[in-house]
Amino acid sequence: MKALAAITGAGCTKVGEHWERSLLDLAVEACLRALEEAGNPPVRALYVGNAASELVNEQGNLAALLADALALEGIKAAEVRAGDASGALALHQACLDVSLGQEGAVLVCGVEKMTDVMAPEVERVQMLFEDSRSTFHSGVTVPGLCALLTALYMERYKASYEDIVLFAVNDHRNAANNPCAQYPFPITVETVMGSPLVADPIRLFDTAGIGDGAAALVLTRPEEARKACDAPVAVVASEVATDRVNVCEREDLLCLRSLRLAAKRALKRAGLEINRVSFFEVHNTTSILGILALEALGLAEPGRGVELLREGEIAIGGRCPTNTMGGLKGRGHPWGATGIYQAVETVWQLRGEAGKNQVEGAEVGLAHNMCGLGSISCVHVFARWEVVS
Amino acid sequence: MSVPRFWREIPHKYRLVGSRCRSCGAVYHPRRPVCPSCGSRELEDVRLSQKGRLLAFTVIRRAPSDMADFRPYIVGLVELEDGVRVLSQIVDCDPGELRPGMELEATLRRIRVHGSSGVIEYGYKFRPVIKWGPEAGEGKAE
Repeated sequence: MKALAAITGAGCTKVGEHWERSLLDLAVEACLRALEEAGNPPVRALYVGNAASELVNEQGNLAALLADALALEGIKAAEVRAGDASGALALHQACLDVSLGQEGAVLVCGVEKMTDVMAPEVERVQMLFEDSRSTFHSGVTVPGLCALLTALYMERYKASYEDIVLFAVNDHRNAANNPCAQYPFPITVETVMGSPLVADPIRLFDTAGIGDGAAALVLTRPEEARKACDAPVAVVASEVATDRVNVCEREDLLCLRSLRLAAKRALKRAGLEINRVSFFEVHNTTSILGILALEALGLAEPGRGVELLREGEIAIGGRCPTNTMGGLKGRGHPWGATGIYQAVETVWQLRGEAGKNQVEGAEVGLAHNMCGLGSISCVHVFARWEVVS
Repeated sequence: MSVPRFWREIPHKYRLVGSRCRSCGAVYHPRRPVCPSCGSRELEDVRLSQKGRLLAFTVIRRAPSDMADFRPYIVGLVELEDGVRVLSQIVDCDPGELRPGMELEATLRRIRVHGSSGVIEYGYKFRPVIKWGPEAGEGKAE
């Protein structure tokens, strides 16, 4: 295993309804936390991941705006946009930048401020991340698309919805111990089944909420890592893959092909087998996507993902601990920030700072962030510095 | 949606016009410039079958801002007779009447009204097949 880049600082805001704070306020807080942790190194480049600031916050050109707010005068800055995969895609671009071999730190920030508009507008904007010729014409929302997949999954594999939503229950159990989570409390299957229907059979407590948040990382070249901080975390793979945007066209609607491809490339790059990964962060806008992610990663055969949930294998202490700090459902899902939250939480796990949710002996973590129903998947593999050559 | 975009998408929305690959015969909707099955760039417009069967459906209860008036509405995954799958609202029936595999046909309906331009957008939706003639009883939707 070889490091592509070293993470020397990680920071985030709590995910929530930050009525009094702007998009820029949140991004600045996350960046300053990450920079302070990294010892305030000279920054030469900034990458910002954001899904929809023009539509939601009436503000574009976030890269220059954030560089300016942080007084990082004259640096290179770029914004990365790929719906709710924007965060991890920004991290991918930052890793590429680090690989140029230039001196100085690269800052990457994921930020989204969703509460500047009402919920029906959030629903509408999310439909733009799919092929809007289909979504707008049919009126299908992203939870609606997930509902169709859930129905197909239940029919093909004779699964029950009560078993599927164990994914959301797992997220909430882990979020309860995450100080930055939007919903830090446990729920039960009954909580989900008692919540309102959003798109049958999907219920409100099976869907990621609407929240604001920002997360940031400081990256350096591996050879500078030890100089910069005591406990760097290595990025050992950063891979991206695409799939048909229109889910109707996919040969198998229940296969997240972009994740399958990106994970295969990432594990090959890292020189690892999947069983060497200590824990997983996956993209579960709804439970069905979390289950399909486990299956696409090869942790379960198609149709057997629910068994992992029933047997407690995705819980901390299980065979493949998943969404260890709350995932999209529990921690929250501020679209363009989610991929960086996953990375920040992975850093906590690999530094042994995950508190009650610490995965014992965690050496390698894998994070999966995708847009919508997998039109783009980003997979990052992170490792403790000690296990990297 | 802008008026030009609305106008541009009329074939796609009124007549279910998609693309057929001249090389391998694969059919797509919406239209495509390059065939993902064989790589050919020779695709022609084709009017798709107006009939299909239901694969799965949901009832949208939390709707986007510009479709809130229709809430709740049914959205189905429909496989057309040409093998193409489309997403469409399912109308003229209750969710309780729908079963995977049942036959549906296209019908032209109002999609939404645009706030700023006032343009009324129409397009296909699907409904249970209406059978005419003696075997259909009183001509009621099946």
